[in-house]
This record gives sequence, C-alpha cells and structure tokens, in this order.
Amino acid sequence: MKTIKELESISTQIRIDVLRMINSAASGHPGGSLDCADLFAALYFGIMDVEPKNFTRAGVNEDMFFLSIGHIAPVWYSALARRGYFPVEELGTLRKMGSRLQGHPSWHSNLPGVRVASGSLGQGLSVGVGAALSKKMDKDNKLVFTLHGDGEIEEGQIWEAAMFAGANKVDNLVAIIDVNHAQIDGRTENVCDSSSLKEKFLAFKWDVLECNGNDMQELVSALQQCKEHTGKGKPVMLLMNTKMGFGVDFMEDDNGWHGKAPNDEQTQKALSQLEETLGDY
Amino acid sequence: MKEYKIIAEKDTRSGFGEGLLLAGKENENVVALCADLTPSVRMDLFQKEFPERFVEVGIAESNMISIASGMALSGKIPFVGSFAAFSTGRTYDQIRQSVAYSDTNVKIAGSHAGLTLGEDGATHQILEDLGLMKMLPNMVVINPCDYTQAKQATLAAARYQGPVYIRYGRPKVPVFLTEETPFEIGKALMLNEGKDVSIFATGHLVWQAILAAQQLEKQGMDAEVIDIHTIKPLDAEAILKSVKKTGCAVVCEEHEYNGGLGDSIAQLLVRNYPAPVEYIGVDDSFGESGKPMELMAKYGLDAEHIKLAVEKVLKRK
Repeated sequence: MKTIKELESISTQIRIDVLRMINSAASGHPGGSLDCADLFAALYFGIMDVEPKNFTRAGVNEDMFFLSIGHIAPVWYSALARRGYFPVEELGTLRKMGSRLQGHPSWHSNLPGVRVASGSLGQGLSVGVGAALSKKMDKDNKLVFTLHGDGEIEEGQIWEAAMFAGANKVDNLVAIIDVNHAQIDGRTENVCDSSSLKEKFLAFKWDVLECNGNDMQELVSALQQCKEHTGKGKPVMLLMNTKMGFGVDFMEDDNGWHGKAPNDEQTQKALSQLEETLGDY
Repeated sequence: MKEYKIIAEKDTRSGFGEGLLLAGKENENVVALCADLTPSVRMDLFQKEFPERFVEVGIAESNMISIASGMALSGKIPFVGSFAAFSTGRTYDQIRQSVAYSDTNVKIAGSHAGLTLGEDGATHQILEDLGLMKMLPNMVVINPCDYTQAKQATLAAARYQGPVYIRYGRPKVPVFLTEETPFEIGKALMLNEGKDVSIFATGHLVWQAILAAQQLEKQGMDAEVIDIHTIKPLDAEAILKSVKKTGCAVVCEEHEYNGGLGDSIAQLLVRNYPAPVEYIGVDDSFGESGKPMELMAKYGLDAEHIKLAVEKVLKRK
C-alpha cells in the first residue's frame, strides 16, 4: 500500500494525463474525470487487488472494477496505464481513429483493464452484480467495485440492480457513487432531485458509507472500511462527495465542464495548477 | 414429395426447457436467469435440477440482461428467459452494449413470440424481434420450427461461443422433425427438394409451408421447401442454390416484413441473383387478441396463403 502522499502524487499525475488527453482529442469529459482522479489512484494503487500484467477478462481471484459512467474513460485509462495495464504512450491516442482508447470504454477494442463496454448509462451496477454472483458461485472471495454518477442514478436500471443486490445479499460488491451534484443540464437537485441517497440505499438493504472523495486520507480510510463491511449480508455503497472538475480552479463545481474539452490556453492554465509527478506520457 | 408425419403436438418453448436442462447437464458453466416467468418459459426444469445455478431476477428484464453479461465474464454461459417482447424490445440497449458490443457469451431466449401468443394481444405479441436482434453485430439469431428443433437449437446455442438470440412460441404445434434430423447453426435444412418454386420458411411457418407444398403437389407443382432456422448468419449458399434452380421464392415468417427473414433473403437475391419474391408475413401492423390459429389465418400466415403466394410468384417468373 502506497502512502497517502504517494497516492496524492499519482492522482495529480492522473489529472495531468486527463487534461492532456482530452485537449489532444479536442473532445471528452474532463469534469467527472478530474473529480474521480483521487478515487482511481486509491483503487488501483492501494485498495484493489488486481493483476495488471496478467489481465484476464474472467478476473478470477482478483478484484474487478466496472466503470458504469463510461464517459469518464480518460481517468480510468490514465490509471490503468500508470498501473501498468498498457503503455502510457498509448494515452495520447484517446478518441483517435484506430485507438484502443475509445471515447467510451469498449471490450471490442481489446484494451487491458476493460471487461465490458459502458457509456449508455445505468448498466454497470447490474454487470457488477453479475460478476459478483459469479464470484460467489465460484467461491472466489475477491470483490467487485463499480463506479456511478449521481446523475446516472436517474436511470431506472440502477434501482432494479440496487433492489436485486439488497434482496439477494450480494455482499461482495462495493458500489461507489460520485456525488458531484453536476450533470449536463444543471445541478442534479434541479434536474431530478436525487437527494437522500443514504436513506434510499438503506431502504434498499444496502450498507452505506460516506466520505469526501477529494481528500485522499479520508477516501482511503472510507474505501478500507467498505472492504471491511463486505461479507456481512449486504452490498456496500460509498457515497463519495466530490466537486466536478476538482483540481483545476476554473473548472471546479461547474457542470459546464462535464463534456467540454479545454482548448490549448485553458489546458496550459490548468496544467500550471498541477505539479508534474511521474512524467508526461 | 417427402412425407412428414405429425409425431406429437408440443410447444417450442418446451423444447427450450428440455434443451436447457440437457445443456445444464452437459456443461456445469450453464446458468439460467429468469424475470418472473419461470414456468411460462419452461425454465422450471432447469431451476429444479440446478437451483444453485438459477437466478430469479424478478420483473426487471434490463437488469437481467446486464447481470447475465457480468456473469458471463468468468466463463459462465447464462441463458436469460422472458417473453420475446421483453427479452428483446424492452432490453435492446442492454443487449446492444453489454452483450453484442461487449461480445459476452449470453443466450437470450424469447418465448411467446409472434401472433401465436394469442389472447394476450399486441402488447405481448412481438413481431419485430428477429429484426431487432439481427441488426446487432455479433448476434446469432435462431427461430426453431418445432419442439425437437427448439431443443437442438438450445443445445447448439450453449455450445456456441458468443451472443445468441433464440425465439420460441407458446402454442402446441406439430412436431415433425426427429432427433436424427441434423441441426447446425447457420445451416439451412432442406425439407423437400423441388424445381418450380423455393419456399423458405422459419419458425411456426415451416409446418405450414410443408402443408402448402403438399397441396401444390396435387395441383402439379413441385415446391422446394427449406427451413431457415438460423436467420443470422444466413445460409446464403443454400438459398442461392435453390433460387438458381427454381427461379422464384416465397418467404414465410411470423414476423413483420420489415426486418424479417424476407428482408434478408431479398437483400441476398438482389445482390446476387435477382428473382421474383413473395412474402408471407405481417405488413407493418401490430397483432391483436384472438386464438392463435385464427389470428394466423386472419393475418395470412397459413398454408392457404402460402399456396396463393406461390401461384402469384410463379406468374412473375
């Protein structure tokens, strides 16, 4: 397990990667990618037990991760590359023709780390439930992690999966919601109020934890607690409070950066706020 | 013409139930998921034999499809079952992203397809499922014609690596194929060789095509009858070979013209060997309540209408 300082350094590098990748592609989703950078650093460099060098789709005897909000693919790709799933040089190909780094994650493009396509929202919790059921059937005691958005959970399928997982005691599953209150059409509370999430998931028979997702110490501690809460008859939910665009002052808490690429000038301005750590790809 | 006897009257969904049970015995990776229709879609046989490999999802078909794709990752072979209207139309986006595009080894069973669902009416009588499924890259689409073939197709789907959609029906219909009848995904089944017209039929219409051919024989016409159980991949070779011999075709299916087998065959012929084609199918319409065979007659999906279509297409040769 890396130290908090090391994890913070990795998350900074991931943010830098995200900005460069999206700027180079001239399209993509920086807002959620930036606010989830801390989570991806924590998951891939501390919390999850994974096999980057021997990636298999089956994920036997390792933790599995599913990104339900496929549009924040850049942050996932960066974490995967930095963790050694594929060469970091490939990050520069994001969204370009022939790239394995499709605009939204794809199994089709054969990118190590990705097991199922995502992008059409609301499906990842069900997929994670399925993978978790298989692990139970196979007596594989590793865990399944999924990541969602607080806008995404407006999709009805999320609640189908939530009801199923609670009712069927899928307790080898840790679902995380990025609660950044931002979606394309505005604040989540104005688009379709998704407040009282804790109460909602408790009512669906989940174990619910909360944390600040942009404070590495608190985040790592919460994720460790999530792991400790597995195996106790309930699926585990982490409500991760973040600010969209976290780490770049002019993007912070602004839903306008959900799916807009920074231009060259904005990218330079953003990068000047982040200290390069592991080096450019 | 070649003689076919009615061995029994059984529903194709029961062929699925039996086939699924056999597949489960053959391979322990086979698992089954259902959305609150377990006895209706005949998954209860599997459920009783392998309760630990059966998942009751509840009335949540979208969730069921995506759970199945997650289960498939570790090497399991999930069969998901519901009425065809719900296991395809309702869940199209989940099938598209988590199954077809992700190439997960999920088998989608659609029971109670078509007009022969009968009394429940148009909400449940899907006539678009074959089209929906065949449009998806990676998806194999199978529409068995009787109980025996439904069983064979289910077993074949379990052995095949990749997404498969299989369509089943509700009513008891003639069983006329035997266990010895060959079944191979993508390989059309020659039922009667003839020289005047090619009748390509799928699903419940295959038996009607045989009846039509018998009647045509009495009128001195020699019809070739071919069962196209696999809509995709289409057996282009068998179809072209037949039409090159007969010079015309009638395509019969319990489905919309749009997107059905007729579309696929017309496309194949236009590109390779243009010839007159007539269709037996439903013309841009929903179904309605009624007894299955009454509905089939009303919508022109029976031997009598096939015979008329043959007479019409022969005049266009």
